[in-house]
Amino acid sequence: MTDRAPDGHSNKLQRLRALIVKESRQVMRDPSSIALGIVMPVMLIVLFGYALSLDVRNAPVALVLGDTSAEAQEIAAGFRLSPYFDARTMTSMVEAEQAMVAGEVNGIVHIRGDFAAEAARGQGQVQVVLHGTDANTARIIQSYALGAISKAAERRAAEGYPVGGTGPVVVQARTWFNEANDSHHFLVPGLIVLVMTLIGAFLTALVMAREWERGTLEAIFVTPVRADEIVLGKTIPYFVMGMIGLALCVVAAQFLFHVPLRGSLVVLTAVSSLYLIVALGIGLVASSVTKSQFVASQIALLATFLPAMLLSGFLFDLRSMPIAVQVITYVLPARYFVALLQTIFLAGDIWRVILPNAAVLAFMAALLMGLALAATRKKLA
Amino acid sequence: MSPAAGQAIVGSDVCKQFKRESGETVVALDHVAITVRHGGLTALVGPDGAGKTTLIRLIAGLMSADAGTLDVLGIDVGKDPQAVQDRVSYMPQKFGLYEDLSVQENLDLYADLHGVPTAERRTVYPRLMEMTDLGPFTKRLAGRLSGGMKQKLGLACTLVRSPDLLLLDEPTVGVDPLSRRELWEIILHLVNDEGLSVLISTSYLDEAERCHEVVVMHDGKVLAAGPPATVTAMARDRTFVVAPPAGTPARILQARLLDDPGIVDAVPEAGHVRVVRGGGSAAELRGIETRAVRPRFEDGFMVLINRAAEAHRVPAAAEGAAVKGDGGPAVEVRDLVRKFGPFTAVDHLTFEVRRGEIFGLLGPNGAGKTTTFRMLCGLLPATSGTLRVAGVDLHHARASARQRIGYVAQKFSLYGQLTVTENLEFFGGAYGLGGRRKAERLAWSLDQFELGDLARLPAGQLPGGYKQRLAMAAALLHEPETLFLDEPTSGADPLARREFWRRITALAQTGVTVIVTTHFMEEAEYCDRVVILDAGELLAQGTPAEIRRHAPERADHEPTMEDAFIAIVEEARRRPAEAA
Repeated sequence: MTDRAPDGHSNKLQRLRALIVKESRQVMRDPSSIALGIVMPVMLIVLFGYALSLDVRNAPVALVLGDTSAEAQEIAAGFRLSPYFDARTMTSMVEAEQAMVAGEVNGIVHIRGDFAAEAARGQGQVQVVLHGTDANTARIIQSYALGAISKAAERRAAEGYPVGGTGPVVVQARTWFNEANDSHHFLVPGLIVLVMTLIGAFLTALVMAREWERGTLEAIFVTPVRADEIVLGKTIPYFVMGMIGLALCVVAAQFLFHVPLRGSLVVLTAVSSLYLIVALGIGLVASSVTKSQFVASQIALLATFLPAMLLSGFLFDLRSMPIAVQVITYVLPARYFVALLQTIFLAGDIWRVILPNAAVLAFMAALLMGLALAATRKKLA
Repeated sequence: MSPAAGQAIVGSDVCKQFKRESGETVVALDHVAITVRHGGLTALVGPDGAGKTTLIRLIAGLMSADAGTLDVLGIDVGKDPQAVQDRVSYMPQKFGLYEDLSVQENLDLYADLHGVPTAERRTVYPRLMEMTDLGPFTKRLAGRLSGGMKQKLGLACTLVRSPDLLLLDEPTVGVDPLSRRELWEIILHLVNDEGLSVLISTSYLDEAERCHEVVVMHDGKVLAAGPPATVTAMARDRTFVVAPPAGTPARILQARLLDDPGIVDAVPEAGHVRVVRGGGSAAELRGIETRAVRPRFEDGFMVLINRAAEAHRVPAAAEGAAVKGDGGPAVEVRDLVRKFGPFTAVDHLTFEVRRGEIFGLLGPNGAGKTTTFRMLCGLLPATSGTLRVAGVDLHHARASARQRIGYVAQKFSLYGQLTVTENLEFFGGAYGLGGRRKAERLAWSLDQFELGDLARLPAGQLPGGYKQRLAMAAALLHEPETLFLDEPTSGADPLARREFWRRITALAQTGVTVIVTTHFMEEAEYCDRVVILDAGELLAQGTPAEIRRHAPERADHEPTMEDAFIAIVEEARRRPAEAA
């Protein structure tokens, strides 16, 4: 009695295509989707790339020179020329202390009047006083200051002057993978996690829950459309959007922040796809279960975005967290993705790291898409 | 072919229960039996909560029944919902159009989902556009259509292919009379000329009367099924028209009659009161001259419902809302204009509401009723013109004017998480009531609106009718002289609407001025005077009797308020076309 088979293969494709076209039009016309999918990633790139930095640069320090000898000048020059310091020469310790109390400088480098004489005896001492309210910055300034002082000492030693103060062992610190010690090198790859989470989980949870809330699904359900077509019709457009986000981040990383990409682009794209599918799965499951935009977006935020930021190893080292927290991180997909991103960007295609992490993501992707399919039934209650 | 070949739907012993969030079980369908034949128009009729929507959703395969059998187009819908969904079209109560897609894009989406071939679309689309008059708007976003046009587009989307069965869930709720008539013309055309099988649910009884078959539902049970005439026949020899004493509005007599337990139904109609007597005697009718009239479907329906459950009786006249103030008009509007950018929502309105009147603002969607209302309540400044409420110029003393008015918004605007008492306490406080007076008013409102038993329930969990009672109670706490009600009966079923108007009549008897907007034209009969608005302009004003005179002569029935309204609006809409 039907002259067309509603279940035929071409009909299935036609329905899927119709849903994708519909979704794409909605994304283009909905300012909030554009804001979340395009404006937010760009803002994050600008924020993380330019404003937020864990490096200390141009730290204001007071230089108090009690001695005007060549040795003292050498050390002072080391501070003045360093990109890490903004050295201000002050005439007395009293003035410098006042500046420190007022918060104008983060540290004082004090070279006493007898420095040259003591140095000649191999016991030259430079006093470094640090503003300890921000312990992290203080530690960084301390290490930079030590670096600057020992560099000055090395230079003098190379010039044949007697050097004191160094013991038999000389520590030579070198930073691997991030030789420039530039936090952009790990912040920008981490950004990919945030952008993908935002588009995959948060935006998808919102748009799917919106369909439940507005009752648009009720009418769609009573058509030949199948549940898997509805899920795919949501997944594909936002997958594409997430990939655009990835491209934006990679371009920004390469050309704006000069982060090296030591692994291959193919591997990067492959593992990002896996993570994106995981995020999409979480968004779809959250919205199909709660059927409320507000609750679904809260779940997506709490279950994906915040952990991606705090517990993925993107900002904070996982190994320094308490064991209990570390155990939690193993269920978070972001953890595996951050490990992958850091490896691919800064170390290269290290298969020993990539394969196990990618395997976990692939497992999670399959599980969550299966759950999303199961949760999206063509039933109202 | 299956044994049920002659029938589109056959269901027996269908049961469905829901669990509320509070844990209690609600029986939505209680051993329902239903038969819908092919090629006809069948109506599911009943008040809200009767189970109409649940039954339609079961038929559409969107829910599974707890028990019983339900065959749709010869398919067991519980076992294979997809097979049913491949062949039926369904328009949910709130049709989920994609508001950010255009009319054409919405149609294309449904045509694709239904697998309509491109060649077929070339003949189907023009026909749908002609039927719905949406032709000029194909590029417009669905979200920018008026309420009536949205419903027509929703219907068009379900008709992109010719379904074996069309399911319509309350397609005319919240739609103005003009759009409602247009929708019905489409539906009747589909059934009569194209031989479509349609199942429609409705709480409008005049709509049910136009169907071939009706299924009357109440509290999850089927009370009656058959041609509408069988229901109408239940009121045979029981329906009368009574004239009110000279000089008093019909609603006073109507209220008295409605309170009589021997009377099933009483509504004001054309200056008289239409009464349906119960089986026994009616004390109030004794000694009054009655004229027997032919019953309508509505009369029979009220007999049926009344038999099933003692209809909610409303207590007699409200007391306590004492009225202060001098004899001046309650509301005075002169040359009122409101523009939104280039769009004029309200165009030079002038009218006056006398104290103690029930005053109606009538008009289709987008007529400017709500905008006018918001200006009267001081919620929206006027672009120009003068507005005096309770003798106070709203330009100068908005706050003191607000003290004298109560406002019930169209949407439920109380705090869903707070209990009934907490809401009332909050609003009492907000109006500056305190101490003993507040306690007195709270007790009065709980008693007056019969909210005492539900006082500790969160407002969000109240059944629909009770929410409105609470909103009215909150608006009356500070004993305002004037009460504004915006579309209070929109989407309410016939029983709830009678109950609402019974309260309003009682309130008006205490001297409170009531200003109400509605798009149920027959409700104008409760008003002392009405104005009719369309596209921001005042088209007519006067008593219901004066308005009714605009209606064209009809052979089959006395002119109704709705006939008059449609005549007035159509006349006004023709005018600019002729001038051009």
